[in-house]
Amino acid sequence: MAGGDKVVINADGKREVVMIGNHLAGLAAVDSGCKLFGGYPITPSSEVMEYLSDALPAVGGVCIQMEDEIAGVAVATGAAMSGVRAMTATSGPGISLKAENLGLAQMAEVPLVVVNVMRGGPSTGLPTRVAQGDINQAKNPSHGDYKSIALCAGTLAECYTETVRAFNLADRFMQPVFVLLDATLGLMHAKAVIPTAEEVKANIVPRKKFEGDPKDYKPYGVAQDEPAVLNPMFQGYRYHFTGLHHDAMGFPTEEIETCRKLIDRLFRKIDEHRDEIESNEEYMLEDADILLIGYGSASLSIKEAVNRLREEGIKAGMFRPITVWPSPEERMNELGKKFDKVMVVELNQGQYLEEVQRSMGRRDIEKLTKTNGRPFSPQDIIDKVKEVF
Amino acid sequence: MAFNYDDYLRLEKMPTLWCWGCGDGIVLKAFVRAVDKLQIPKDDICVVSGIGCSGRFSSYVDFNTIHTTHGRTPAYATGVKLANPDKTVVCVTGDGDALAIGGNHTIHAARRNIDITFIVIQNFIYGLTNSQTSPTTPQGMWTVTQKIGNIDPTFDACKLAEASGASFVARESVTKPKKLEKVFIEALKHKGFAYVDALTNCHINLGRKNKMVSAMETLDWIDSITTPKSKWDKMSEEERLNLLPTGILKQDTEAAEYTDMYYNMIIPAHQGKRAKITQDDFEKKI
Repeated sequence: MAGGDKVVINADGKREVVMIGNHLAGLAAVDSGCKLFGGYPITPSSEVMEYLSDALPAVGGVCIQMEDEIAGVAVATGAAMSGVRAMTATSGPGISLKAENLGLAQMAEVPLVVVNVMRGGPSTGLPTRVAQGDINQAKNPSHGDYKSIALCAGTLAECYTETVRAFNLADRFMQPVFVLLDATLGLMHAKAVIPTAEEVKANIVPRKKFEGDPKDYKPYGVAQDEPAVLNPMFQGYRYHFTGLHHDAMGFPTEEIETCRKLIDRLFRKIDEHRDEIESNEEYMLEDADILLIGYGSASLSIKEAVNRLREEGIKAGMFRPITVWPSPEERMNELGKKFDKVMVVELNQGQYLEEVQRSMGRRDIEKLTKTNGRPFSPQDIIDKVKEVF
Repeated sequence: MAFNYDDYLRLEKMPTLWCWGCGDGIVLKAFVRAVDKLQIPKDDICVVSGIGCSGRFSSYVDFNTIHTTHGRTPAYATGVKLANPDKTVVCVTGDGDALAIGGNHTIHAARRNIDITFIVIQNFIYGLTNSQTSPTTPQGMWTVTQKIGNIDPTFDACKLAEASGASFVARESVTKPKKLEKVFIEALKHKGFAYVDALTNCHINLGRKNKMVSAMETLDWIDSITTPKSKWDKMSEEERLNLLPTGILKQDTEAAEYTDMYYNMIIPAHQGKRAKITQDDFEKKI
């Protein structure tokens, strides 16, 4: 491993490492078989590229620092179009710049992992401070109609495991997958228990490939709830990538029914397979009276607040979406019926609150928000719970 | 026997969306003949295009093809090349694509001297979107965004490519299809960033509003502003003022190529198969 990071295999056969979150995302890329990383320096995500500039060539891959954020995502998308696993990493301002090209990857169905280490915004904002203000951006970074997949790491170990999952989901659903970290997790230096590289490699789900006669190959001519089947380039299956509406062979078209079906399929390939994408954590919910909803690094403070509240006899519990998009709307709807007292805790002005309200069909939901670049302390949450419930 | 293009074209995509008399088809045919002369297998070529009339080039040729976002072709092509160092990667762009919105990527792909054949179908105007000023629209000409005459100075794209580090730079026009084919052959053979300015006519969206109402008149104008490098070299600065030199303007076969450097220096160094890279590895250090 690059950077002299310590690694120990524990009794459960897991790796115990002491690393920062950004390096763990990089390590996950290497273990997932990523062949090319393209990026541009930006705080607080630069350590992903710094790590991979050593770790990828060490295994024969390529890490390239491009001339700007746009080129960072474009070089990775180009590599992914040719058939290899590829990744880019940035922070919110970089996602703003990459947005148009992320749209091309959505439209042309190119698998790609996009790490966003969130910092304070809008604009240049608070480059070295934590925020969760890019939740809405992750849902629709580019113009037009499509469905994002966004995974939000809540622990140091998840900086690794969610990046691994992102590579597999990208190949399964043939589209970009966001991994949302934040300045707290990305730069947190502590012990993480993660699977071994062998375990990750054994569970890689490679993208589907058409093996028949090239004459019968229709990369975008698939079932209405399935992603495109895009073979690697240079192997006899010549087809076309475009950001325009396209037909079964990938060629531009304005034919009415083909256009309708294409966008419908981009939605249905996600909507009809939510069970393969959804991932949540439920903490002490079974006997709880108060439901706290949060994600990412904020959930670390929520969990501690739950523990301390329970010491005082207040039965709180936490629901944490790990896959934030598509949201766990069914589960949140169920929880909304079970709990009267619900509060969303997030480091923005209430971006996910709106999704919780929508999913629960309720507006009487409390919120604790913060946008000054500082994390929540457990006491912030305890005080708010006592104030409103 | 006349050359048969059928094997290289996606015939079901014909006719092209290019206007009657457009030179883009001449560029396409010259490129196809060059590929055929070099006998590069169709499967081993990736053509990456951007947005504009030139952007549609990729959908007509039977290679591995990518139609990207506006101006980003060099970055996409860099990704394809770095992941597949032994394949032939070609960008087909336009003057707006490569020199305006994508200027930064063009400069840096040239600076890296990555092995990409970079063709700019240069028609001096935004043709597809109906006559807006491009970075190469001559001063004083009418455009729809400067209807009383363009004041914006123009780019000499070949000088830009050379200054940026491209190891191969050429310019030719569709009025000389054979020469254009030869330039493409040399560009495809060249290991490094090969920049080709392919001058062509847009009589519909440039010519008609600038006293060149037909394809022929616009082509005549192109001939009137170009001269072979051999003649250009003997001209005074005054004589060169309104002329662009054509032919191969630069061909440096010694310059280090980026993919080569990555695979033969960076990767072996990280795998302990060679020493760390230092300034001693480079003749030109700054």
